[in-house]
Amino acid sequence: MAKAKVNGVEVEFDPGMTVLQVAELAGEEIPRFCYHERLSIAGNCRMCLVEVKPGPPKPQASCALPAAEGQEIFTNTPMVKKAREGVMEFLLINHPLDCPICDQGGECDLQDQAMGYGRGGSRYAENKRAVEEKYLGPTIKTFMTRCIQCTRCVRFSTEVAGVTEMGMISRGENAEITSYLEQAVSSELSGNLNDLCPVGALTHKPWSFNYRPWELQKVESIDVMDALGAHIRLDYRGPTVLRALPRLKEDINEEWITDKTRYAVDGLSRQRLDKPYVRKAGGLQATTWSEALSEVAGKLKATSPEKIGVIAGDLIDAEGLKATKDMFSSLGVNNLDCRQDGSKIGRGARETYLFNTGIAGIEDADAILMIGTDLRNEASLINARIRKSWLKGDVQVAVIGEPYDLTYDYVHLGAGPKALKDLKKHAFRDVLKNAEKPVVLVGNGAISGSDGAAVLNLIASEVLSAYDVVRADWNGFNIVHQAASRVAGLDIGFVPHGDGLDTEAMLAGGLDVVVLLGADEIDTSKLKGSFVVYIGHHGDAGAAIADVILPSAAYTEKSGIYVNLEGRVQIAERAVFPKGDAKEEWAIMRALSEAVGKTLPYDSQSDLRAKLIADHPTFGRIDVKPSQKSFDVKTLGAKGEVSDRVFASNIKDFYLTNPIARASVAMAECSAARAPKLSVAAE
Amino acid sequence: MSVRRLAKEQPESFTFKPETLEKANWWIAKYPDNRRQSAVIPILWLVQKQEGWVSEPAISAIAKMLGMAQIRVYEVATFYTMFMLEPVGSAALIQVCGTTPCMLRGSDKLMEVCKSKIGAKDKLSADGKFTWQEVECLGACTNAPMAQINDYFYEDLTPENLAQIIDDFAAGKSPKVGPYNGRHTSEPIGGATTLLDPKLYDGSATKPIKIPNAPVPEANA
Repeated sequence: MAKAKVNGVEVEFDPGMTVLQVAELAGEEIPRFCYHERLSIAGNCRMCLVEVKPGPPKPQASCALPAAEGQEIFTNTPMVKKAREGVMEFLLINHPLDCPICDQGGECDLQDQAMGYGRGGSRYAENKRAVEEKYLGPTIKTFMTRCIQCTRCVRFSTEVAGVTEMGMISRGENAEITSYLEQAVSSELSGNLNDLCPVGALTHKPWSFNYRPWELQKVESIDVMDALGAHIRLDYRGPTVLRALPRLKEDINEEWITDKTRYAVDGLSRQRLDKPYVRKAGGLQATTWSEALSEVAGKLKATSPEKIGVIAGDLIDAEGLKATKDMFSSLGVNNLDCRQDGSKIGRGARETYLFNTGIAGIEDADAILMIGTDLRNEASLINARIRKSWLKGDVQVAVIGEPYDLTYDYVHLGAGPKALKDLKKHAFRDVLKNAEKPVVLVGNGAISGSDGAAVLNLIASEVLSAYDVVRADWNGFNIVHQAASRVAGLDIGFVPHGDGLDTEAMLAGGLDVVVLLGADEIDTSKLKGSFVVYIGHHGDAGAAIADVILPSAAYTEKSGIYVNLEGRVQIAERAVFPKGDAKEEWAIMRALSEAVGKTLPYDSQSDLRAKLIADHPTFGRIDVKPSQKSFDVKTLGAKGEVSDRVFASNIKDFYLTNPIARASVAMAECSAARAPKLSVAAE
Repeated sequence: MSVRRLAKEQPESFTFKPETLEKANWWIAKYPDNRRQSAVIPILWLVQKQEGWVSEPAISAIAKMLGMAQIRVYEVATFYTMFMLEPVGSAALIQVCGTTPCMLRGSDKLMEVCKSKIGAKDKLSADGKFTWQEVECLGACTNAPMAQINDYFYEDLTPENLAQIIDDFAAGKSPKVGPYNGRHTSEPIGGATTLLDPKLYDGSATKPIKIPNAPVPEANA
């Protein structure tokens, strides 16, 4: 450890740190615009000037200056203050004074730092520069006159998002940030550009002019749009969630979130089910809870348990799953499934269906084999992490399945099971063999369908055991889940009991009553012959064919436990109240259980959580990633015939994967702006 | 200098001519394969030599050739004002220096000639033969006022000289390059006034000098 002095206080630092980082170690905050911890260093805003001894007798940009042993750093001398005031004055020469109408107002770096370093008035009498607005896609609204050319957006899109589309053209006073020919930024992480922008040049288009930041109340929550469980902050005003922003969580989302997580929140105000409905004379009619519940209870009591099926959807919290399972198990129903996509996992040890390596752990991998997963759309932030280590040159990637654009180079080994069997003949075999930390990512697309279990077994024999992917000290086997509720569902055992039917078999018909617990990603047309009870919050596919609709609360409207794909148990907090008469899923089940005469043994959410933890101890450890444990790979899947097919992701449109996103205008616009490329490619 | 944008009207496509391609490959070969993009400036220049200007299809073609993003080539092409982003005159691109020494020596008058004979600054003339620009110092202050026309400097110009030069270009001729007031390069008018002694140039004025610590030559060398 080297030592340096910051304002006379000695601090120890790791060699290689910059002066700015060392100053922060000492607790000194350095103002900055262009510097960002997760991006390359540009050093072009000059706001982070400090005085350094020994060195030239002039202020130095601390973000780009390596700290040295014995250095004396001063951050509060008159020289530093004067230098920063000079920089600030230059930045404000061309920056418009439109803070009162700027969406960034109140949470603007330039505004805040101008309070510290700005002059009371301007000495600049000349005209300010004006810059034309740019079109950058459905998520980014531009006010380019406000841009201070920090190039954070350029660096983010190039380095993290992996789409080299943004750049700075011309030079000097005429420099402008733009994309090539003003094409929409195609990244699914584009919303982060708006977060990164230190001024109001790039703002959130879907939320523009909707709020002022100081009007909003905030609550810390967990994202349910994918299985990562990204840490988010929900900002709400009155009954409406107005925005979702990322929270810092190094182990999961760092400080990014996807556009779906961020902008789908407007879907929470549309297409909502706020009253119970019962189908009468061909149409759904609003009714009361007691009538709707007695209708369902009557039907359940009159039907034998073998003729009842329950399918759980992708956004359900653990409490809802637990209450539903307890309730229907007490009726003797064995046809339970939480795997809408039909993936053949969840029967064995917990390690057989987790993302064992961990989201942060993926960066340790030196060889990655992806099987049937479109990682960029299924788990965008894991993909961004792989890109990060790929950029460093630490990892080699191969893909079996549909070749998608993952923003980094990979070896395409083939499309289906044949490529799995031929892996031992391919040169990538040596990469896997020599890798110290090999990782296998298995997508739901590969292990669903009638031969899903056989494919899983094939993966176990051809890859996992052949290349020692699962060892005592390293578990490189990972299932890439797409649904926020999936791991919790499997942990609870929300899978067919005994000879119960799975989703596919339930959809095959023959059931008299089907309960859809927020399940919309199935072919609902196959349920026409059954009495369908839909419990959910959006009028989507499930509600359309329902005979009874029981309105439930969306993820922002309840406190709920979610388990992410790593097996990390996380609690999301409630931001707003459920719409209308809607209730939490577990409360609906509690009421229904009373109506069928099998009252569940919990009256409050805390009782339910206590029962959940008692029955499934893994839920007792909040926000802890389970340690890597090896397991017997021979238990994976089942031996069987594997048909020749293409392992393709079951995400057809990233922006429309759940009922909330489908109700969102912002997501529809993203889908329209970014999907056409696919249709062009297909022609 | 104003905001530099791609021209509104762009050609359908761009293809490298064989000789351009050959030179481009020579430049690319100078760099390691994973640093091909280092050749972007010379290749933009070659493309401009071929077409007279840099079009959008050309930027895309260069990006593809060098394995870099289009926006990166676009950034370079807009940064350097020597890359023309709009079609320029087929007969001549006239770049009149307007920096202080040339201005003091009458570059304003030259620009008036350009304006009356060709038209507005930075715009292609009506007949498509000429474009004229005002540029910053071209480094020939001794010969002010001057203009660069296509690849050569035309120096010590008067409005009359420049008008004649423009007429010559319009007629398809190649006017004389260099100073137009009779002098040789940047020598004084009427010939050199110093350093006239011919001994300076025949080597006779030089004396052997002793270089400290120089190796002693071999006796018979």
